Amino acid sequence: MELFTNQVLAGIATGAIYACMALAVVMIYQAIDHLNFAQGEMAMFSTFISWQLMQWGVSYWAAFLITLAFSFVAGIAIERILFKPLAKAPVLTNVAGFIALFAIINSSAGLIWDFTIKQYPTPFGSAPFLGSQLISTHQAGMIGVTVLLLLGLYFFFQYTRIGLAMRAAASVPESARLVGINTSWMIALGWGMATAIGSIAGMLIAPVVFLEPNMMGGVLIYGFAAAVLGGLSSPFGAVVGGFLVGIFENLAGTYIPGVGNELKLPIALALIISVLVVKPAGLFGRHIVKRV
Amino acid sequence: MSAAEEVVAEGHEAVEAVPKRAMTLGTGTSLLVLAALLIVPMFVKNFIIFQMTMLLIYGLAVLALNILTGGSGQFSLGQSAFYAVGAYTSAVLMEHANINYALTIPISAAICFAFGYLFGKPALRLSGVYLALATFALATAMPQLLKLNFLEHWTGGVQGLVVTKPDAPFGLPMSQDMWLYYFTLVVTVAIYIFSVNLLRSRSGRAFMAIRDNEIAASSMGVNVSLYKTLAFGVSAGITGVAGSLGAIAVQFVAPDSYTITLAISLFLGMVVGGVGWLPGSFVGAAFIIFVPNMAESISKGLSGAVFGVLLFLVIYLVPHGARQVAILGQQLIGKLRKN
Repeated sequence: MELFTNQVLAGIATGAIYACMALAVVMIYQAIDHLNFAQGEMAMFSTFISWQLMQWGVSYWAAFLITLAFSFVAGIAIERILFKPLAKAPVLTNVAGFIALFAIINSSAGLIWDFTIKQYPTPFGSAPFLGSQLISTHQAGMIGVTVLLLLGLYFFFQYTRIGLAMRAAASVPESARLVGINTSWMIALGWGMATAIGSIAGMLIAPVVFLEPNMMGGVLIYGFAAAVLGGLSSPFGAVVGGFLVGIFENLAGTYIPGVGNELKLPIALALIISVLVVKPAGLFGRHIVKRV
Repeated sequence: MSAAEEVVAEGHEAVEAVPKRAMTLGTGTSLLVLAALLIVPMFVKNFIIFQMTMLLIYGLAVLALNILTGGSGQFSLGQSAFYAVGAYTSAVLMEHANINYALTIPISAAICFAFGYLFGKPALRLSGVYLALATFALATAMPQLLKLNFLEHWTGGVQGLVVTKPDAPFGLPMSQDMWLYYFTLVVTVAIYIFSVNLLRSRSGRAFMAIRDNEIAASSMGVNVSLYKTLAFGVSAGITGVAGSLGAIAVQFVAPDSYTITLAISLFLGMVVGGVGWLPGSFVGAAFIIFVPNMAESISKGLSGAVFGVLLFLVIYLVPHGARQVAILGQQLIGKLRKN
């Protein structure tokens, strides 16, 4: 039993990483209706920016805020320059655009900062949290930040005018335009926010997985899986999904014999798919009714 | 975060409707292309013949995805898994059971068809991104499954298997590469004709009805679950044939040749060639074979970025892929004829 609780705790700790990423994924999905395959790479690039700032002697929190602002602007710029012209193109063409963006960012980061693994500092320290060997203060901090982000987003979308406008623009663009919402800029804003949240995720994850251009590969896959499991229309679902995926992954690695590190991912994915077969819109997703 | 219901308005289909006439080339153009494919290899080096063989093989794999996505509107990131099953079926049969390479191809088509059909069953309940995730899971699992210990005797584990390249039969005066090219060409043409006819048939119309509007199709009496799984099966079967041919042409199979990267390449090939336009599959295949090499020769360190920029250029200029170029060309010729 103790093994079980320990593994669940460890799962929650890794789950926090996925929850962060899943939150960013859901954010952009809400705004643009696509899964952005380049999201992980964008987060990685932002994290490198903050690392570079710290190398130049900027303090952690200053670097954190500058990176946040940079990511927000960069997200909007990417949308305005690269994806706005593709707004009328077919969905699959947009997906190809994400893959192209992925290749560009990954390869440029590799050229600027090379592929060696770098240490990344944590603001929370790495002592054991409340005497538990399994969760460090950093991981506890990560969970705390994720929950704070979630609350912030909830209030933003529920109680601010601009949050309401963004939701309207995403769900019924035509009607939103009719009541005077600039839907095109709402999409850009969504990109900016998603990129900023992604950069927070990147900066929190980097102390755990270390900083290098390919650091987000695995994390993004789990982040997608978590977002889909939770239901792509619900930020709350994304966070719950993130923790569940972390726990699934750890328990599968512990209890199913013959599962090495390599089979963890397929098994976690298979479990998620079995959940989806029962609940096709994800655990907390809205059921979509189609008009014929 | 309530279970509120959301109504999606019309015009939100993931895959745009392509009329079935627009899915193929005219007879004259097809024959011209075929003639070129027959004659060119006699005048070029063996390496180029090998590349042309790979072009046909990837073209087949992209064509298979095109039938699934462009035809029936289902999205798949798991094509690399079907490709791997085809490649391993041929390799294992040739090396362990000493079966003739040509006979392994129908066998792997049948095995992959069954695999795809069975995979399509649970996938029926999923669509859009959920289906993408499910197929993605299949693609990431496949290389790991091929490495499993108890299969190692057959699959060769991480090291993979070496496949012997067949000689030209009946003492034909041809190099191995050239023979394999013509062999691949015959298979490709056969499958191409099969696919074109499939999409023109009753089943093809059912696929397209499902793609354009699933609910409307089912209310008109189309057996949606049958045709959706059938599309998966046919697509997997053709991908399996491509995998078999690929294994014979490359003379080697290993788990890490069939990762998600392959599935993503095939997807890019489909987009560049034009979703739902079958001849475009081969244009897309050319893109995914030659453009990465080109990017590498422009800049070694930034090859990924160069590839990305080139891809962006293509989708900006022709968001509908090679199909758009073909339509433009057709209109131009039409205008010239009128004058």
